Amino acid sequence: MSTRGYIVIALILAAITALEVSTYYVDFGPLFLPSLLIMMVIKFVMVVSYFMHLKFDNKLFSWLFYTGLFLAVGVYITALATFQFFLR
Amino acid sequence: MAIIERPAPGIIVPALPAGAPAITPTRTFGALKRPVASTGWKSWLFTVDHKKLGLMYGATAMFFFIVGGLEAVLIRLQLAAPEGKVLNADLYNQMFTMHATTMVFLFVMPMAAGFANYFVPLQIGARDVAFPRINAFGFWCFLAGGIVINLAWFLGGAADGGWFMYAPNSGPVFSPSKGVDFWTLGLQIAGIASLTGAINLIVTVLNMRAPGMSLMKMPVFTWLITVVQFLLLFAIPVITVALFLLTFQRSFGAQFFDVAAGADPLLWQHLFWIFGHPEVYVLILPSFGIVSEVLPVFSRKPLFGYPFVVFSGAAIGFVGWGVWAHHMFASGLGPVSVAVFSVATMAIAVPTGVKIINWTLTMWGGKLVFSTAMKFSVGLIVLFTIGGLSGVTHSVAPSDTQQTDTYYIVAHFHYVLFGGAIFGLFSGFYYWWPKMFGKMLNERLGSWNFWFMVIGMNLTFGPMHILGLQGQPRRMYQWTEARAGEGFFNIAFWNLVASIGSLVLTFGILLFLINIAITARSKVRAPLDPWNARSLEWMTSSPPKEHNFDSIPHVHHLDEFFHRKYEEDPVTHTMREVATAEQILAELERNADAHIHMPSPSYWPLVLAAGLPIVALGILYSIPVAIVGGLVILYAIYGWSLEPSVAADSDYEGPSSNGHEVGATHG
Amino acid sequence: MVETATHDAHATSTGLSNVKLGMWLFLGSECLLFGGLISTYMLYRGRVSDGPTPEQIYDIPFTSVSSFVLLMSSLTMVLAVSAAHKRDDRGTNLWLTVTALLGATFVGGQVYEFTAFYNEGLGFTTSLFGSSFYTLTGFHGVHVTVGIIMLLAFVAINKRSRVPGSKSESVEMIGLYWHFVDIVWIIIFTLVYLIPV
Repeated sequence: MSTRGYIVIALILAAITALEVSTYYVDFGPLFLPSLLIMMVIKFVMVVSYFMHLKFDNKLFSWLFYTGLFLAVGVYITALATFQFFLR
Repeated sequence: MAIIERPAPGIIVPALPAGAPAITPTRTFGALKRPVASTGWKSWLFTVDHKKLGLMYGATAMFFFIVGGLEAVLIRLQLAAPEGKVLNADLYNQMFTMHATTMVFLFVMPMAAGFANYFVPLQIGARDVAFPRINAFGFWCFLAGGIVINLAWFLGGAADGGWFMYAPNSGPVFSPSKGVDFWTLGLQIAGIASLTGAINLIVTVLNMRAPGMSLMKMPVFTWLITVVQFLLLFAIPVITVALFLLTFQRSFGAQFFDVAAGADPLLWQHLFWIFGHPEVYVLILPSFGIVSEVLPVFSRKPLFGYPFVVFSGAAIGFVGWGVWAHHMFASGLGPVSVAVFSVATMAIAVPTGVKIINWTLTMWGGKLVFSTAMKFSVGLIVLFTIGGLSGVTHSVAPSDTQQTDTYYIVAHFHYVLFGGAIFGLFSGFYYWWPKMFGKMLNERLGSWNFWFMVIGMNLTFGPMHILGLQGQPRRMYQWTEARAGEGFFNIAFWNLVASIGSLVLTFGILLFLINIAITARSKVRAPLDPWNARSLEWMTSSPPKEHNFDSIPHVHHLDEFFHRKYEEDPVTHTMREVATAEQILAELERNADAHIHMPSPSYWPLVLAAGLPIVALGILYSIPVAIVGGLVILYAIYGWSLEPSVAADSDYEGPSSNGHEVGATHG
Repeated sequence: MVETATHDAHATSTGLSNVKLGMWLFLGSECLLFGGLISTYMLYRGRVSDGPTPEQIYDIPFTSVSSFVLLMSSLTMVLAVSAAHKRDDRGTNLWLTVTALLGATFVGGQVYEFTAFYNEGLGFTTSLFGSSFYTLTGFHGVHVTVGIIMLLAFVAINKRSRVPGSKSESVEMIGLYWHFVDIVWIIIFTLVYLIPV
């Protein structure tokens, strides 16, 4: 990827961050939680895919990393669910 | 020795070194010369050789096995008669906590790590692991962790909250000594060994296989070790979090598990068992791997359904992540959680059953040879199945509620861990001893060893099923005559039987130690291929040379070594021998690689690992000491990263003999 | 940093670098470490027996700025990796130093934040919220600090031309670690700061 490309990615990331912070000032209503989570995931995936080159690299790296990530998400969400975390 | 010119010819007789160039070791920081010794104690202390490290893991783990075993005997002596006086309540708590901790973290795990270190590179036809210095670092971390955990015995009392250390028992109110602090910090350090070892072995298996060895041509032991490393890779950080939280609570006043402050003690239970359930597969799968190597060799048949064994191993590894809460059925999780985890737990019995069936069918119709290794493997199949079946009874939540924290649980996990994991490891000792040391363990004594262990183990742990169903709680330090009950199921009788059994078991293990001593003194060398084995680790000298293989073999089959020795007769469809092991080895030697660079010894793994217990003790006694430890760590990392993993040629002693000196020293 | 069992690094079975494979495995493992810490925080963030609540104490504009600084350090890091691949030593050292400075700014911000919170009555032992907040963000801060040390140490070693093994690969590995620390903060920023209890 070119330097230009990296800068474009960084600008997009900055814009999303600005949007995230704006939720603190502007009332997003029922969209508040989902929009924040979606923006978080987009930022995460962009850094991983472009800055960490996972999109262009061998698929094995993606498998190893995302296995850990999804395992973490899975077990911890399950554990929190047993505390009735998502019902409160 | 780290550079090997054209390897010396001759399988048995090492050749003399050729001309020796001057040694000018590289210095780091202008002070520390790089270690170059290839013999003597320094060659062990600074080694990065996976075989030496494997033996060091094994020897240390064997020491801790004896320690943990003595702790168990004390427990059984205490419970042999009513109102036992051998230990007081406090000491009894320390004893069972440390017995479990020692056996799980300081014996079975490192012993399996030792086997993995030694045999995975050999089985995949590699000359070492991917990160040799990190491998050495891992061993020293394990040793440092074991020392820190046990140091507490001498500094005010060992950990006493049970091996899963539930709150509130782990808190300062119920465990005022520093034992739990030593325990958390020691396990933290030992965890670094597991994590680095996991990364190292996974990369080794993925990246360093001999040409032609596709994943589905790898021996089952290597496969299951790989599954184990993935489990460790993802499970260790969870216990790391739990241990940090506990350390912060005990040392710095945080409140993570303090109910009075509004905390949820179940958080510890979740974190512990999210780690703890994968952990039980970490304990058993290496032994499954060993059995899967031993059974085909002594049945004179290939393993039945190789892909099923491999994939069921991977399936166990995967499903093992979804069943942790079955350790918590009695903690009030709520009906939905209990139902979900109950069903998942029943499901995990399926891939385990697949393995039992595959092993049985491997033996079916085979020309069975009941060597000691084979006896232990068959013992594993039978005893593990018993333990597995009592495990299925735990998966039924209502019945588990009855069994929780009784001796029934104790019976279950000793059948799967002693009858499973430890029998597998013993099978591995007898099977691989000639490979590691060039000498066979005495088979006659081995047979006695086996039978005493089988009888002792069933006498000890069998009655615990009865004790548990009669309601004897686990971790009870005394029982009284008046409440022992009557008739056949009175707990007085069965407690006595279990205690006698533990002595029989101890005698069986003593026979093994005697066997080691006799073998070490014996002058008789083992044949090159004593068992008519099938996999690559036997396609080397015994013990293997430092560089393992004179030339890296090209692999065409699963059971490559077997297929080099035997070919199918096109007419009769029977296998006939086409080459002996000696001929195959001589062939490899003729085509030996000319210039083999092996990774060089290094001080840094030892220095780095030595910094960790200093930090741990500093946290407990004086923060400045911890800072000193931190500086040692920083210094070591800096030195390490400046040091190339393979030193320049001028660093070395000249090319010397092949690795026979390895076998002279017993682990 | 580069280790191979054989000197001339024979082609590996997968054709991938040992070190890079090891690094990705490590990062996969780290997911479960931070997952555990984040979960602990999520469970305990509303449990304030004493002292201030999250809403009373968080300074969103301040944290937004320091989050932005850390995010931009990922850009400079990627430029360093890019320079290293072009064998541009000056550029590599420059961008690595800038990355370290941005990282240090972030850590400085965190030190300021911790001090401010402490003065407003939130100690490590004040409440479960305090304990879990400081543990989570503290662990992240330690990771950033380790990253800064790696960056500066590499620059120092590189200036003396004493980097063993492949330079560009070493920079790439530091980069992977650095970006990972950044994506952990992306999650923390949303879950901890922006979503109220």
